[in-house]
Amino acid sequence: MKKVIVFATLRESILDPQGVAVKGGLAQLGFTGVEEVRIGKRIELLVTDETTDMMVREMCERLLVNPVMEDYEFSIEEVASV
Amino acid sequence: MKFAVIVFPGSNCDLDMYHAVTDALGEEASYVFHTETSLDGFDAVLLPGGFSYGDYLRCGAIAQFSPIMEEVKRFATEGKPVLGVCNGFQVLVEAGLLPGVLLRNKELKFMCRTTRLKVANASTCFTSDYADGEVIDIPIAHGEGNYYCDDATYAMLKTHGQIAFTYVDNPNGSRGDIAGITNRTGNVLGMMPHPERAVEALLGSTDGLRLFTSLVKQGANHVKTTV
Amino acid sequence: MLKRQSEPTTEMIKEQRLYAEMGLSDAEYGLVVDLLGREPNYTEIGLFSVMWSEHCSYKTSKPVLRQFPTTGPRVLQGPGEGAGVVDIGDGQAVVFKIESHNHPSAVEPYQGAATGVGGIIRDIFSMGARPVALLNSLRFGHLGTANVDRLFERVVAGIAGYGNCVGIPTVGGEIAFDHSYTGNPLVNAMCVGLIKHEDIQKGLAKGIGNSVMYVGAATGRDGIHGATFASEDLGEDTEAKRPAVQVGDPFMEKLLIEACLEIVGHPALVGMQDMGAAGLTSSSSEMASKAGTGIEMHLDDVPQRETEMTPYEMMLSESQERMLLVVERGREAEIEQIVSKWGLHAVHIGEVIEEKVLRLIHHGDVVAEVPVDALAEEAPVYNKPARVPAYYEEFQSMKEETPVVEDTLDTWRKLLRQPTIASKRWVYDQYDHMVQTSTVIAPGSDAAVIRVRGTDKALAMTTDCNSRYVYLDPYVGGQIAVAEAARNIVASGGLPLAITDCLNFGNPDKPEGFWQLKEATAGMAEACRILETPVISGNVSLYNESGQAINPTPVVGMVGLIERTEWITTQSFKQAGDRIFLLGETMSEFGGSELQYMLHEKSFGKAPRIDLSLEQERLTNLRDAIQSGYVNTIHDVSEGGIAVALAEMTFGTRFGLEAEIDLPSVLLFSETQSRFLAAVPAEHADAFKALTGATEIGRVTEEDKIRVKTADELIELERSVLERDWEGAIACYMK
Repeated sequence: MKKVIVFATLRESILDPQGVAVKGGLAQLGFTGVEEVRIGKRIELLVTDETTDMMVREMCERLLVNPVMEDYEFSIEEVASV
Repeated sequence: MKFAVIVFPGSNCDLDMYHAVTDALGEEASYVFHTETSLDGFDAVLLPGGFSYGDYLRCGAIAQFSPIMEEVKRFATEGKPVLGVCNGFQVLVEAGLLPGVLLRNKELKFMCRTTRLKVANASTCFTSDYADGEVIDIPIAHGEGNYYCDDATYAMLKTHGQIAFTYVDNPNGSRGDIAGITNRTGNVLGMMPHPERAVEALLGSTDGLRLFTSLVKQGANHVKTTV
Repeated sequence: MLKRQSEPTTEMIKEQRLYAEMGLSDAEYGLVVDLLGREPNYTEIGLFSVMWSEHCSYKTSKPVLRQFPTTGPRVLQGPGEGAGVVDIGDGQAVVFKIESHNHPSAVEPYQGAATGVGGIIRDIFSMGARPVALLNSLRFGHLGTANVDRLFERVVAGIAGYGNCVGIPTVGGEIAFDHSYTGNPLVNAMCVGLIKHEDIQKGLAKGIGNSVMYVGAATGRDGIHGATFASEDLGEDTEAKRPAVQVGDPFMEKLLIEACLEIVGHPALVGMQDMGAAGLTSSSSEMASKAGTGIEMHLDDVPQRETEMTPYEMMLSESQERMLLVVERGREAEIEQIVSKWGLHAVHIGEVIEEKVLRLIHHGDVVAEVPVDALAEEAPVYNKPARVPAYYEEFQSMKEETPVVEDTLDTWRKLLRQPTIASKRWVYDQYDHMVQTSTVIAPGSDAAVIRVRGTDKALAMTTDCNSRYVYLDPYVGGQIAVAEAARNIVASGGLPLAITDCLNFGNPDKPEGFWQLKEATAGMAEACRILETPVISGNVSLYNESGQAINPTPVVGMVGLIERTEWITTQSFKQAGDRIFLLGETMSEFGGSELQYMLHEKSFGKAPRIDLSLEQERLTNLRDAIQSGYVNTIHDVSEGGIAVALAEMTFGTRFGLEAEIDLPSVLLFSETQSRFLAAVPAEHADAFKALTGATEIGRVTEEDKIRVKTADELIELERSVLERDWEGAIACYMK
């Protein structure tokens, strides 16, 4: 088995309203040194050994991320089968 | 009796709360902005529904750090009534005034409809004008109202009569059909359904009004006993 | 990416015809050169390209829009401002407008729909009005295909996500499904607001030396060329244009609403306009042009979300949730004090100047200088050629045929399961339709009704358009769209006041396409005159074609006034024993009907006839009947005919009915216009009949049974079975 970790983040030019609100919340708590907050998603998949990078990429582009607004990267690590 | 309606950035049921108190109940109400620090002169606090801070990160997560929340906690500690509805409930949970957490609805969708609620404990200061087991019509409007708590907390809620309302037809997957709970001392109530939306016959139901009249009666008694 | 490179020179724009990529023709480029007396630079040609797009200039639709009546005794503001305004008495007025967001929704359905809602809300509060209700008119292809299901689900989620958060109830609208919308869904959003007469704002940049201030979200590179994008066919390269997608922030919008409405009462405010399509460019040039002034803007002071933005990018950005204010000189701090309470800033970015130009300064240089009237007023207007399409000639020459229905009961059930007819609960369950605690009639009846707090009045509101009729016969279909909206208002107890329209059409450069637009608007104009509902605002969305043209869809948003809340009427039965009346004759009319579409998966033949004077007479009589207290229930007869209307009157109640209708069974599904069904308490039956001339056809019963005797047969079925068909159809597709 392999463990795939996908990080999906908003593209550079896309507004992240959630990040802006969280930055404000941090400022309210006194953390004034925060310049920017951008929030993404971490998705973990446990997949069979036959799953290729290409297949993961396809999963990302067809479902896991919204290519209109999000960029993604992923890592794959071997895990011991149960 | 004078009610404070707390206004967070993004609150949107503040006006509804205000009118429920002033028009339907005939009592006094004032808006209290999140930046204020005093609740002097108020007899009860209402945390309205809405999307405080856009509900970004987690519902109620940012609002709990508003300056007014310290004062709301102090107010609650003094045993005075605090009611949080919908987003107000979420803020109370995030602030630690009530146990548990509100997860996304089991169907993962926002839902707005009138639901039937069972009054599970009619002996709180919020429910005394209802009868135990009575079924009432109150609207819900939320995407994250699926109440969850661990086994120990759930047992504690049951033992101490802290479950105020349950759903007749659980719409969101809440544990034990919970729609509203109080704290251990019974002066803080959080509920997902909106009693302030059910105070006028023209709009379909008046079943929510008795929650407010219960509070007024309790307030009157409170004054009598403390004088 | 463009941003990292130096911009094209004036010569390159001309020689490489770069203006063409921005949607300007050679002739239009020539006109720009004439107006400026020189060749425009890159920023300047950008300003023209967005302001002269169809979306901002109405260059194609202007000639047909001139047909609309736009004035009336109650009209306080007609087309030309953010939204129209109509008097409702006691110093109060209702403000409303509908707008399309079709193209953005096709590309990114959630954000496209959400930002559509956000934009129309800003049009309302920029007038100074408190937004009190939202409606949506949506069109999709057939459910049951993955892409259509996804578009439908995400559009609804986007509307819910934005409207729920911002705290304005989504109370109504309509949704229809037809294969003509498969690749090009329609998302039209309407917002209704309330205002006191003295608070009405206009987007005017008056007073030389006054400050131009920017309030709201910072400017990013999102949505550049959105207005141009909205004026093109959706083609293969739509995918490549995706960076144009904007993200909505309803939380920011909520803060903007509260801040702006607080500013409205402040004497230092001179004018206010939302930065919608073409953002800073349209708001600044329009405010100056309307006031006969100019604006000098310091682009270095514009709040920016990204670094190294060029003047071109700033001026064309369509970042959401931004407002432009003109404030009396020296009183900027008073405005800043109000907006800062809401966590926002009012930033001085320029001044009103005497010279009627838009002058942009960046890093100390004048980077653009263009006459404001050239941008806002002097776009060319085209009288496009129109040609009668062959299909229309063919349909008109067809003999009217009555479809053959072998099993009436089965057909009845199937019709109720058609997504266009079936219950839309799956949709409106996701919309907060109760916030602001004024919703008297929630989604699901003929029109939604909102009470006017502090008075005994209420407002009825609806959106309507049967695009199949418009396709078969644009003139008649246009008339029917207005008439149907009026029926829904009257059936809810209201007096129709005015309309807003959203003209969704295909490519007007094709003569057949322009003919549809011309005919439909002519029909609408005629109906507006006879039904006394002027057009007070609207929007045009052309080039809705991806592969095939959509059915021409001129959506009508109508608002009506209910003087007393006791007149509010719904389509549901109220008590057993009430007499059921049918008002209006039924003929064999199936062109464009739901039954025809269900049987053939296409529409053909003639649209149903309509006689507008007869319509007006019936509407007046029905209003009298309601106000006399004769009526318990009213429902207009529309898609699916009497059969569907009768069934709907029982839904959500515990009542059934018995009726005897002296017609062949198949005519239960005919869609003859100007008909109503009513339920009237027995004691008022004679008076109702005398007033309206309606025919008594049966009575409301306490049983779970619908029993209808026609000229052919006795049809008998359980109400709850029909209701399950109707209630479950859409949810079943979306599982």
